[in-house]
Amino acid sequence: MDKEKLLEVKNLKQHFQTGKKGVIKAVNGISFDIYRGETFGLVGESGCGKSTTGRTIIRLYDATSGEVKFNGIDVHGKKSKKNLKQFNRQMQMIFQDPYASLNPRMTVKEIISEGIDIHGLIKNEKDKTARVQELLETVGLNKEHASRYPHEFSGGQRQRIGIARALAVDPEFIIADEPISALDVSIQAQVVNLMKELQKEHKLTYLFIAHDLSMVKYISDRIAVMYFGRIVELADSEELYNKPLHPYTKSLLSAIPLPDPDFERNRKRIVYDPNMHDTQNAEFREISPGHWVLCTEEEGKAYKQTIQGANGFLKK
Amino acid sequence: MDDSILDVRNLHVTFDTYGGKVQAVRGVNFSLKKGETLAIVGESGSGKSVTTKALMGLVAKPAGKIPKGEILFEDKDLAKLTEKQMQKIRGKDLSMIFQDPMTSLNPTMKIGKQIMEGLILHQNLSKTNAKKRALELLELVGIPDPVKRIDQYPHQFSGGMRQRVVIAIALACNPKILIADEPTTALDVTIQAQILELMKDIQEKMDTSIIFITHDLGVVANVADRVAVMYAGKIVEIGTVDDVFYNPKHPYTWGLLGSMPTVDSEEEKLIAIPGTPPDLIHPPKGDAFAARNEYIMQIDLEEEPPMFKVSDTHYAATWLLHEDAPDVNPPQAVKKRISDARRNKSSVEEVRD
Repeated sequence: MDKEKLLEVKNLKQHFQTGKKGVIKAVNGISFDIYRGETFGLVGESGCGKSTTGRTIIRLYDATSGEVKFNGIDVHGKKSKKNLKQFNRQMQMIFQDPYASLNPRMTVKEIISEGIDIHGLIKNEKDKTARVQELLETVGLNKEHASRYPHEFSGGQRQRIGIARALAVDPEFIIADEPISALDVSIQAQVVNLMKELQKEHKLTYLFIAHDLSMVKYISDRIAVMYFGRIVELADSEELYNKPLHPYTKSLLSAIPLPDPDFERNRKRIVYDPNMHDTQNAEFREISPGHWVLCTEEEGKAYKQTIQGANGFLKK
Repeated sequence: MDDSILDVRNLHVTFDTYGGKVQAVRGVNFSLKKGETLAIVGESGSGKSVTTKALMGLVAKPAGKIPKGEILFEDKDLAKLTEKQMQKIRGKDLSMIFQDPMTSLNPTMKIGKQIMEGLILHQNLSKTNAKKRALELLELVGIPDPVKRIDQYPHQFSGGMRQRVVIAIALACNPKILIADEPTTALDVTIQAQILELMKDIQEKMDTSIIFITHDLGVVANVADRVAVMYAGKIVEIGTVDDVFYNPKHPYTWGLLGSMPTVDSEEEKLIAIPGTPPDLIHPPKGDAFAARNEYIMQIDLEEEPPMFKVSDTHYAATWLLHEDAPDVNPPQAVKKRISDARRNKSSVEEVRD
């Protein structure tokens, strides 16, 4: 299968000025591609720059330097009003907090149809109502809900409204910034299942930002691990979980609590200390096809051997 | 022999609201043994936080009431104590760690003073001695350079460090029972692992009993000796951690276990529990879980299930355990998870070594 690049991020940097002298390098030179139709997971601790990455890609922030290309067009380049609108329609976002991301003074219908109005997709009021109702049913709500206000809904239902809003303008690409972290476990599964179904039906591409690694592994095709503004490892999700190479990825994986008491009793946590290796001269290197690690040349060689060693155990 | 230090019997908590009386806790029974960790799991609104607030005497009056039930601790019924009497116990014998370390500390007070407060009040320590003890506590919870840190304000600490300060405050008077209400939910996985290790370490040193509230089953598997699963204001299943994870009996527990992805799950779909929890202003007749239960029977709509005894340590409230009920097995995915878990254990150990 030929993979088509939908989004290309090249050496993206996003620095924030703090006070007179301080600069926070929230995103410090990251590169990755997202292919059409896939789910790309971005994980890391709070403060590692994963949300900033998402927000810069959708142009909520202007990048300090670097390039983001969507469908081959530079996102941060100058655009006429018309082109900007066109771009905004193709890329949508689902936010973390379903309580803060819906305007409490607007009805569900107004929230969902706001995008439709801005882009002038449907002029006729009756068709618009029908479209909103259709969207509500797509995300598993009732069409009667259209006239209600956000406070009348639970967290999971609100997140569904947020998803319906994102879908309203028929986007190709959705950035989901921790869409489930504010929800209960049983509701998380509902929302994740919904997102997966919608992806199939509408041929969507997702950038899924989260810190819950088990859920990211479940939903993503490929995963990038971020640490202090840089991507330290990028691989297919299976590969990343089964053959993590970077010590930070290993430490992150070893910290996930699993619902299995026996396993937990024998858990050995790996602690990552950035001083344990040379991070100054580290570069992003491809260790095996599609598996990238931020490392020095020497580390890279060692990683290659590890991978080859592990491949010996592959099923023939 | 009864070595329990806390006995909760038929506890009810209600709140008066404009919409009517919310029955947040509807008859909870459990006991806590010395030195053990009991985890309470359930969705938001299941009553797990309210239960522990009742133990601490923190149910907001006048809207909140404890109309029925007993909380027996050292020959006293905490449910009947006045606020004055409760103040002598709270922070001394029972103390609490809250979910959000950002809001549970006073931003205008140096952290040293916040730790010393309880010591001076409950243990009549002099200021100098209290400060000495505060330094020891900061050391105990793993805050580097306590001499400098003791004079800093909460905003100068990171989230994980703040939670350590909150734990230090909770431990100040060597409480017999420590209640931790989602202490790691606001933290990153790596920090969460550190805090959980710290809590276990301290429990070993001080022989504290811990009630641990969370909705993360991974965390439960890590910390708990026993688990109580709460749904709609009641405990629906209680047992040792192995009972509940390897031999779950209640369909709600199956749903909770099934809705968490395993690291090597390949199934296309997670088993979500359909629907939402019931309205507790008008709790449904019969089994409160009936509306979301795919194994629903006629009796679920008519009568509330009692606790059925599965083993000496394991109880569950579902009619499925009645002798006349059809044989129902947990969903395939849950069974697979259990067998996978057992099989994976040894191999995982090897890799991590």
